[in-house]
Amino acid sequence: MTTEVGSETEVKKEPEKEKGEEPAPTADAQPTDSPAPEQENQEVAAPSENTTPEAPEATTPEKKKEEEKEKEGPVKEKGISRFLPPWLKKQKSQTQVTPKEATPLETTPTDGGVATVEGEEEKAEPEQEVGETSPPVEPPVENQEVNGVEVEEREEVKSEEGEKEESHSTGSADTQPAKEEKEECVEKGAEESKPPEEGEQEKEEEAKEEKKEEDKSCKPEGHSILKSPLKLTKKMKVAMCHVMMLDGTKFPCEVEKRAKGQILFFKVCEHLNLLEKDYFGLSYRDNADQKCWLDPTKEIKRQIRNNNWQFSFNVKFYPPDPSQLTEDITRYLLCLQLREDISSGRLPCSFVTHALLGSYSLQAELGDHDSDESRLPDYVSDFTFGSAQGKEMEEKVVELHKSHRGMTPAQADAQFLENAKKLSMYGVDLHHAKDSEGVDIMLGVCSSGLLIYKDRLRINRFAWPKILKISYKRNNFYIKIRPGEMEQFESTVGFKLPSHRAAKRVWKVCVEHHTFFRLTAPEQPPKAKFLTLGSKFRYSGRTQAQSRQASSLIDRPAPYFQRTSSKRISRSLDGAPVINVTDADSGPPFSSTPGENGHDPALELNSDSKKTPPRTDLTLPDLKDVSKQAEVEVEETVVIQEVRKTPKLPCPTPELVVTAAVETEQPPQEVEPKVNQEAIQEVEPEVNQEVNEEANPEVKEETRRASMSSESESEEEAEYHPQVEVNTSVNQIREEPEEEEREEKEDQEELKQEEDQEELKQEEQEEDQEEEKQEEQKEEEEKKEEHEVEPEPSELPEPQLPIVETDQSPAVVLASEAVPVAEEEGNTDDPMMTPEEAPNGHVHPQDPAHSEGLPGLVALEEEEVEPRVNGETERHQPQVICCSEPPVVKTEMVTISDTFAAQKTEIATKEVPIVHTETKTITYEAAQLDGGADGEPGVLMTAQTITSESLCTTTTTHITKTLKGGLSETRIEKRIVITGDSDIDHDQALAQAIKEAKEQHPDMSVTRVVVHKETELEEEGEGGEN
Amino acid sequence: MAGMCPYGRFTHAVVRGIPETFGRAWEGGESGVDLAKAQRQFGVLTGALRQKMGLQLIVIPPDPELPESWRVEDLAVVQGDTALITRPFRQQRRSEAEAVRRVVSELNLSVVEMGAEEGGSAGATLEGSDVLFTGREFFVGISSHTNHRGAEVLADTFKDFAVSTVPVCGGSRLKNICSMGGPDTIIISNSNGAKKTLHMMEQLTDHHYEVLTVPEDAAANCVYVRGPSKQDFLLHRPPDECPDSAPAFQKLTDYTLLPTACSEASKLGASLSSFCLLINRKPHF
Repeated sequence: MTTEVGSETEVKKEPEKEKGEEPAPTADAQPTDSPAPEQENQEVAAPSENTTPEAPEATTPEKKKEEEKEKEGPVKEKGISRFLPPWLKKQKSQTQVTPKEATPLETTPTDGGVATVEGEEEKAEPEQEVGETSPPVEPPVENQEVNGVEVEEREEVKSEEGEKEESHSTGSADTQPAKEEKEECVEKGAEESKPPEEGEQEKEEEAKEEKKEEDKSCKPEGHSILKSPLKLTKKMKVAMCHVMMLDGTKFPCEVEKRAKGQILFFKVCEHLNLLEKDYFGLSYRDNADQKCWLDPTKEIKRQIRNNNWQFSFNVKFYPPDPSQLTEDITRYLLCLQLREDISSGRLPCSFVTHALLGSYSLQAELGDHDSDESRLPDYVSDFTFGSAQGKEMEEKVVELHKSHRGMTPAQADAQFLENAKKLSMYGVDLHHAKDSEGVDIMLGVCSSGLLIYKDRLRINRFAWPKILKISYKRNNFYIKIRPGEMEQFESTVGFKLPSHRAAKRVWKVCVEHHTFFRLTAPEQPPKAKFLTLGSKFRYSGRTQAQSRQASSLIDRPAPYFQRTSSKRISRSLDGAPVINVTDADSGPPFSSTPGENGHDPALELNSDSKKTPPRTDLTLPDLKDVSKQAEVEVEETVVIQEVRKTPKLPCPTPELVVTAAVETEQPPQEVEPKVNQEAIQEVEPEVNQEVNEEANPEVKEETRRASMSSESESEEEAEYHPQVEVNTSVNQIREEPEEEEREEKEDQEELKQEEDQEELKQEEQEEDQEEEKQEEQKEEEEKKEEHEVEPEPSELPEPQLPIVETDQSPAVVLASEAVPVAEEEGNTDDPMMTPEEAPNGHVHPQDPAHSEGLPGLVALEEEEVEPRVNGETERHQPQVICCSEPPVVKTEMVTISDTFAAQKTEIATKEVPIVHTETKTITYEAAQLDGGADGEPGVLMTAQTITSESLCTTTTTHITKTLKGGLSETRIEKRIVITGDSDIDHDQALAQAIKEAKEQHPDMSVTRVVVHKETELEEEGEGGEN
Repeated sequence: MAGMCPYGRFTHAVVRGIPETFGRAWEGGESGVDLAKAQRQFGVLTGALRQKMGLQLIVIPPDPELPESWRVEDLAVVQGDTALITRPFRQQRRSEAEAVRRVVSELNLSVVEMGAEEGGSAGATLEGSDVLFTGREFFVGISSHTNHRGAEVLADTFKDFAVSTVPVCGGSRLKNICSMGGPDTIIISNSNGAKKTLHMMEQLTDHHYEVLTVPEDAAANCVYVRGPSKQDFLLHRPPDECPDSAPAFQKLTDYTLLPTACSEASKLGASLSSFCLLINRKPHF
């Protein structure tokens, strides 16, 4: 990220040129635009609350724009790739096509800003577009926002606009397209752009995702935020992806190396002209040749691990009733997947069914049986799906084919699906496992729940409503079962998987399937808890309900698509852009189909971003710095200080652990820095392992609960409460209006899903009981507490949102009451640091990028303090910030302190001139609620230092326990030194470290994060200590 | 899928006559069965199948050498156009399958064998009276006569369907405590063991079945056939054999109830469904 700036710019230029080559699409787009707005209006039934979004954007100061631009640029790209603008379809398709096939991803038509990033181009374009077409269009879009779906649509629209803009490739960088898509695109942009930006963007995205539902109303703000001046151009490294399509063709596609999975996925969907894409996903083979799903919210590079950019496009969620799919093309793709499933043996079926399905395929591909056609038999073999009973099967297929005379391809596909969906293994994702007695079994995850097979026999089944909790630990996978009528206690069933990764994979698949099929909206990832154990992964895409709602808004003529047989002729050309173009062209121009496109989490994210403009502010300066620094070796140090204060502890002794239960009961501190959360989430589990943190003995007990050892295995565990989530979240979250709404929705959903509301109540009660039980049984306790706690933290950050408004020039210092003494330079450019992000509680750890910009020391202080008055946050800050500065290097120090929501208003933003520094220190401090504690030295109870090392990180943990008044306070300071070349992903490492810290000490809060970056090898001085 | 259609559509019934050796080989020793009465009851049953339910009846002549051969249900599992010839638990019964194999072959069913005595499916035992096919899925009762290996073979044979195994308590057979009473209706005994089995079935299925509970185990075994004009026929034990369950059957409105005595066979652990193998030879598609 850091070193290659120069080259990057060059690279960018090239892509732009490419874009320039394809101006035509833009022209098309313009005409199409006018219709689009109309469509949108029609679609949107609800009144638009958010009519104003664009205006704010326009008004926003240039500074913001600049920052935004950076973000936006990337965002737009994403948006483009993602959303096929219904109206602009042609355009999109064209544009898409070009990047995919012809040349590296992003070719920009004009090189207005030579070095400018795509984002810039996009921005510029948006201006033009806006001026031309967008003004009329946008208002309708806004209207749509009222409805969740609508919002998505709107985003899509914007993205489309963005695309148009891009295509136009106007030189004006100043334009402020208010497109929300930008945010989505942000991901792309982030990836493309400098690491810090990326991190921020990612965070934003995550936050957006989480808040999507909640924040939909807020989107207008997001627009304003999004608008930002051009970012620095960054050169993009492009990776060549090969995506195996369902029809057996390979789709070559270039994406930026740092691109998230989403980007590639959207490109593929655009290539396919697929709108109902929520059922699909990209998979890859890991080193163990296991099929893994590409997480759309994470960088591709970090997932695939090997340099083999080979993917396959597959159905991820098999719709139980394919007839409810809106478009034939979607059904067709599902058919292709099922054919593959059958031929590979994943979907077993009888001879007769096999032949029947083959005959429908034959009908769909070749039409009516031609008795005179002698060559038929040759073809037939293609439709027996590799059946071993070749001749016999072919004869049967032909015989059945004759009976389908007159059936259209779409009808044949529908019949195919009607039969295939009844197969018992339809949509069942099987995983090898062993039961508690070591017997080989298979775990089958499907839309209705978890199936247990022994050999081919179904020996047990756990419907989603029966499952209270899904978790994994190391290579064990657990489900907690709701007690039956006759049983008093819930039981936990454990399975042993071949590896930790396999266990996590099953867990993720379960989480995704449950969310997709059972919830109306994705659950927010576990939030704020710093010390929480385990993966925070949550499914962030659309649920089936959302997808259906969105697809109900699809209003385009059925797209033309080629079936495999007809494609044979042209197969060799598949890679060529021309083909794609033709496909797109063949379809009538898109009518507005906002809903589908809008899906993406990014859209939702956008809304969040709107709320939380501050992020943007932080980003720019760092990025620049980073780029400069890039070439030099960087050390990153992460210091995590955890302070725990517990109300009078009967046992002052270090063994405070006992109180853990109590603590957990208390709402988690709201103070937790959002940044940390984001970082944590973003971190990949695996990475975490690398960093070893040694938990304090005291803390251990808490961690123990989670069943985590103090060791760094943080991601080895994770829990997911399928049903409980909704209820609990509702109860807890209500404080925030937005969340309430969302939750209510969820409730409704669940009510629908659940047969009786009473059941829900029971569930809640049960949950409560469980929680109590857990408290009693510390061992078992792990995550339920987390659950409870989670909602609150999320709430807290939001109130801070007002801060966002402060978006100002890149360097903004958010200082709640206390201003960091140590700050040498008050630049708080780091997007990561913004409190806003935290509330979002992004599920996906992907974006270590935040930190990337800041290779250096990151000190996280986590405190658990009983919420009190804000006033005393300051104490922590000043001390921590000390940085040893290499003589030559300039040092930036950034301090951000979070205060409670109430305090937020007090936050002062400072703009600091951006200084290029080789050494940067960023401090994030959470406001401490305890007023009294600060001044008091307290009595030192215990002090301990633990050091551990891993490949490129050295972790030093200082644990101090002090007794102040009636409170015992445990403070853990972790200093993590990350040493390495620019090759090392510092952001990721940082994020991991933070995440680990959180996971290890769920009860504690991070009060301070100090990031110290040194380009030179000299070690950082110290993280501050409190 | 090809074979998926509501339960109850049958065109043929395969039965085998009662030999004079009836009851002799039964494990329990002297059973005190009345041969003549058994044959009378058999006649009533087959008459109902043919005349009331309208099934084509294929009667295999009795073989005195095979005293239990009348229990043809055990010998094959037929679904769609596939017949799985089973391997009964007791060695002496395995030769009974020959006649059944011949019949299903003549019906143009594709015949699947459980495999050689040795080899892949060695040790697999399966009897049709432990198999409940609901039209949507199979439940295989793991009993003294049917084991997991047998169930696996069944699962391999009928790949379209989920095959779930359920425990059968009390040493009886799955179909002794439950049977189909309609396309989506399971008739099941109220005994504790049956409740356990039902609970497991409910947990294992993706589908929701209506459940008709009867107080007596014996009453839970019925034969349901859906006639060509959509009438519902149910062979069930008469009130004099299962007095407590009579009211339960009255809940089946619009059914043609056919009380059929089965007292002698039940002394041998068999029941109504044991006598017949129901087959549907109408193409479904």
